[in-house]
Amino acid sequence: MSALPRPSPKVSQAAAFATLWVMGAAVVVPGVAVLAIVFVKGGRAITWAMLASVEGGLLPAIAGTAALVMLTALIAAPVGVAAAVYLSEYARAGALVRLVRLAIVNLAGVPSVVYGLFGLALFVTLLQFGRCLLAGACTLALLVMPLIITASEEALRQVPSRLREASYALGATRWQTVRRVVLPNALPGIMTGMILSVGRAAGETAPILFTAAFFSLTDPFPKSLLDPIVALPYHLFVMATEAPGVAEADKWATATVLVALVLALNLMAVVLRARLRRGRRW
Amino acid sequence: MRSSARRAWEWCVGILIRAAGAAAIVFVVLIFGFLLRDALPVLRTTPVGEILAGRSWLPTSAPPQFGMLPLLLGSLYVTAGALVISVPLGLGAAAFISEVAPPWMREILKPTVEVLATIPSVVLGFLGLLLIGPWLAEVLNLPVPLFAGLGSLMLAFMAVPTIVSVSEDAIRAVPRALRENSLALGATRWQTIRRVVIPAARSGIIAAVLLGLGRAIGETMTVLMVTGNAAVIPEGFDGFLRPVRTLTATIAGEMGETAYATPHYHALFTIGLMLFIITFATNTIADIAIRRSGGMTR
Repeated sequence: MSALPRPSPKVSQAAAFATLWVMGAAVVVPGVAVLAIVFVKGGRAITWAMLASVEGGLLPAIAGTAALVMLTALIAAPVGVAAAVYLSEYARAGALVRLVRLAIVNLAGVPSVVYGLFGLALFVTLLQFGRCLLAGACTLALLVMPLIITASEEALRQVPSRLREASYALGATRWQTVRRVVLPNALPGIMTGMILSVGRAAGETAPILFTAAFFSLTDPFPKSLLDPIVALPYHLFVMATEAPGVAEADKWATATVLVALVLALNLMAVVLRARLRRGRRW
Repeated sequence: MRSSARRAWEWCVGILIRAAGAAAIVFVVLIFGFLLRDALPVLRTTPVGEILAGRSWLPTSAPPQFGMLPLLLGSLYVTAGALVISVPLGLGAAAFISEVAPPWMREILKPTVEVLATIPSVVLGFLGLLLIGPWLAEVLNLPVPLFAGLGSLMLAFMAVPTIVSVSEDAIRAVPRALRENSLALGATRWQTIRRVVIPAARSGIIAAVLLGLGRAIGETMTVLMVTGNAAVIPEGFDGFLRPVRTLTATIAGEMGETAYATPHYHALFTIGLMLFIITFATNTIADIAIRRSGGMTR
């Protein structure tokens, strides 16, 4: 080691920056490559008949996932947005707020399979929903709650305080101000958070493993909230691991539809957010 | 009259909103409570030491054995491997994005990393199972296509976006003045990054690593699909090239065929409780570190 002369600062900077360039590329390139592989392999495999047919097709899984994420959003939105309103408009800094934030961080970090256990214990077993759409949606609603709260709070905080002050000056109460002034102005930001959480819920498998999903080719559509559902991520899991004799093309097609759905939702949120940042000048 | 009705309404809404605010705390307590409730039957009959250090996980034999050591070590192996890959890569990429990359590239890289974070874990598991595992086994001449190291690789893929975005926030939060002072003293940009910016962002970077760790240890579908699911105790470096079984994969793989309220059922909840405690500790420490690094909200 000591035989080597210490490189000059310029040389070591060049070496270090080259390494950083490589690391930057190493983070992005494999990810983009993975997406490309999925789309190329799946693109070849997808046929219209497959997307739209019930037996052996993906229609039940797409419908099931759509129903699941919409119900999830419906359950999570009121509580999540109200919690964000609390943090941004009602709460005063203190131990309670500190505790609420710590709870949100921890909710976001609970492993998804643990949410599945919780859903199994509370919704499926104790409340006797059984393995069904409703139990799965309740479980996923908890999982996306931190995402909705964080995004909505950010949107609420971006509403300038002079709008609130103007409303108070006109004699409005706190709730009137929130409902008529703050919430409408924060709505696009809140919607972005909702779309992100729907995208998250659509891709999750572990939480619905024991609470909502089943694999069926004969009777795949739920007739009520208390029926189990066929969902895209679980469908892919079963096709990839358990179901015998599934054609490889069908597996790739399922993966592609799932990735396309999740990506489309996330890109929608990214575009909406970018437009918000550019468009709003208070 | 109207104004008193309004005041009552205002009061009710205030109560509801405060209740929703406290809901997050209630949910955490509920999750812990329900895990504990269904773990207790096992915790009562088997000493904790025996559960944690027991070397065999045979939940359906008679009498059942709930030794979680193989599963704990399985999780540890897969997670450690994932961190060895993702921490240097994630930190390097974060430093690159915030300090080295030209602005237009930063505008592309940040959202790309965010989008990569959203790829469902079942899809990564699927790719590992069908494509990357068989390919690696052939190239490296391995006996099996599903092994602990493959789990590490796929998990690194999931942990990297978390590490990049949290540590990038931390690096960016370092005041400009610090950089300028260092440059004015004649340091090169790299010396400034290494000796000034990174140390100043230390707390945030620790938080990033911890959050990545939490993400990796709690990941379920990917490891269930690619690590081969053999509940054996991994040993030495060779352990990375053999199948293992993690805590999460055990729950996901076995709960489906477990009858309600059997010892096996309660043992799986005990694993869930253990996971909850591990991630709770990691996330709480990460949160403290983030707060110390200067008031970032995420």
